Amino acid sequence: MQNTNRLRPFFENITFDRDDNELVLNFGPQHPSAHGQLRLMLHLQQEQIVKAHPDIGYLHRGMEKMAENMIYNEFMPTTDRMDYIASSSNNYGFALAVEKLIGLEVPRRAKVIRMMLLELNRLMSHIFWLATTALDVGAMTVFLYAFREREYIMDIIEDYCGARLTHAAIRIGGVPLDIQDNFIYDLKVFLDKLPENMKDYEDLLDTNRIWLMRMENVGIIPTEMALSWGCTGPMLRASGVEWDIRKEEPYELYDEVEFNIPVSDKGDNYARYKIYMAEMRESAKILYQCIDMYAETQKNNQTELMAHAPQYISAPKLDIMTQNYSLMQHFVLVTQGMRPPVGEVYIPTESPKGELGYFINSQGGPYPYRLKLRAPSFWHTGVLTDLLPGHYIPDVVSIIGTTNIVFGEIDR
Amino acid sequence: MRAYTPKENVQKKAYYTDRYWVAPQVAKFDVESDAVFSEDLKAIKDAKITVLEAFIQVDQMVVYIKPEDNVATLELLRDECGYTQLSELSAIDWISKRGGFEVFYQMLSMTKRKRLRIKCFIDEKQPIESVQSLFRSADWAEREMYDMFGVIINNHPFMKRILMPDDWEGHPLRKTYPLQGDEFAAWYEVDKIFGKEARDIIGPEIRDTARVDRYDTERFARLGHEVPKGAEFNPDQEKTPLAYQEDDGVFLIEGFEEDKSQIIRDRKR
Repeated sequence: MQNTNRLRPFFENITFDRDDNELVLNFGPQHPSAHGQLRLMLHLQQEQIVKAHPDIGYLHRGMEKMAENMIYNEFMPTTDRMDYIASSSNNYGFALAVEKLIGLEVPRRAKVIRMMLLELNRLMSHIFWLATTALDVGAMTVFLYAFREREYIMDIIEDYCGARLTHAAIRIGGVPLDIQDNFIYDLKVFLDKLPENMKDYEDLLDTNRIWLMRMENVGIIPTEMALSWGCTGPMLRASGVEWDIRKEEPYELYDEVEFNIPVSDKGDNYARYKIYMAEMRESAKILYQCIDMYAETQKNNQTELMAHAPQYISAPKLDIMTQNYSLMQHFVLVTQGMRPPVGEVYIPTESPKGELGYFINSQGGPYPYRLKLRAPSFWHTGVLTDLLPGHYIPDVVSIIGTTNIVFGEIDR
Repeated sequence: MRAYTPKENVQKKAYYTDRYWVAPQVAKFDVESDAVFSEDLKAIKDAKITVLEAFIQVDQMVVYIKPEDNVATLELLRDECGYTQLSELSAIDWISKRGGFEVFYQMLSMTKRKRLRIKCFIDEKQPIESVQSLFRSADWAEREMYDMFGVIINNHPFMKRILMPDDWEGHPLRKTYPLQGDEFAAWYEVDKIFGKEARDIIGPEIRDTARVDRYDTERFARLGHEVPKGAEFNPDQEKTPLAYQEDDGVFLIEGFEEDKSQIIRDRKR
């Protein structure tokens, strides 16, 4: 306990424990470099951390509870609020899980558009990651450059779905809209410029002494720890496990596109940085292929955007406006909601942060009986418990940065 | 007399149900139909673990075991069968129908590219053994399971609520817990910040986010009846003119003039 008097005021963030010379530092929940509402209780010996307790729950909104009280389509915009840096990937994970539950096959053009959105979201998320991490480490210029590029992606997505952050751009059974005329042109302009922009970032960071000192050999996650803590995505690949759900358990058209999975066996901050950068290049590669695939669907006149399943999915707008039965179906689906079959699914997808899984237990009603959101950031925060001890206070900031956690999906 | 409403499940119910409608089932396949899964199941059975039920649903094997076998099964799967990652762990509330929880462990094998789900059923007050010694990820997942459902977990090193505050009462994901929160939730922040004695002044917290009070001038403005923040709203009040600033209307709202504005056709990248 602190002995406070007029000369020694009460330090609300610090507890002095004189017996073993250990100091408890409260980091957050309002710390600007905690990437959200993360509170860390750090036990310190001098500057070294001996024990770390991440404390979460400051952004808990009870999404799983909300899901139990919403029809399936109603829940779609709520998923935006999980990983709000790349919201289409959350929409997609949910849509895919419900489609698997129902057993739907999505039309090819919708698949191509979904892949474009997913990869744009991945780019957006990774660029955002680079910007904020660089800022935490002290590189202000990279932050400004990267936010400029992120803005272009947001413009492209805004042109498509009207929203910049919470897209809700994917529906169960397909996508609501075809891409607009200038989408491909804008995308190409952006992609052609991307290598140049990335070279700028790398020129600023790769040989930067401060960046290297704070990244190299800091925050090493051994393979064992990464597997045991359920790390996925770039966190796992930086620790030497070649595992990308897009490649290993392909969904959509990922088995038709060519791309590589960057892997590193170092497991430190720098390895993660390199993997994020390499993944951005791979995403661009996928996007170029998607543009060709889209042109192909135009050539083959595959214009369908939503799956045809009248029991679950509303008919196209034209049918609803012209055919009585489609209108009735639509009315029932909007007011009562679809009723998927009785059963359970767990569907993982590779979101920019890692494995985003949706577990749905349906009892045949219009509301899911149980929906569990498996968000990658939850485990990437948990791993800090074992990762931080042994590091020093300044390392905490760069380690939190490279774990790429987003609190919307940790607390859900 | 007030109409009786069942309390064991207060989640939203279907508004319309057809009594002759039979819900279809997601297809279940025999484990024998998949060579990898049948081998895994054989390994579980060989280790003298009672398998209550096993099938394949949506490409993943589901195995029901007894709750006391959970650690042994997961250890076997990790060490012998290559299921090196515990992706997810949680519970399903079946208290109203079956008097307990269904706990599931979602496993992943990266070498076999397979996923399986181990499930077991426990009674409401029956404790289950922690698996965090096998998978560190279970540390947080079990804390969340306790927090959300009140499932009792044995031998957990740091059992504490994770998402809800430490002094919270009730377990939010139970079916008996209403979406808007219970009585305790409505007074939690008032008691915490202002103290119990301020209850009469402040009133319970409105936990229905969709609620709109049309006479609330603290948080809502009404077009056409502009009232200072917090002032009493008087329906007889004179209407605020809804014209542009130039036409003696609301100050700060200017009319749009097309010839004075610039439209960007193609943004410079």
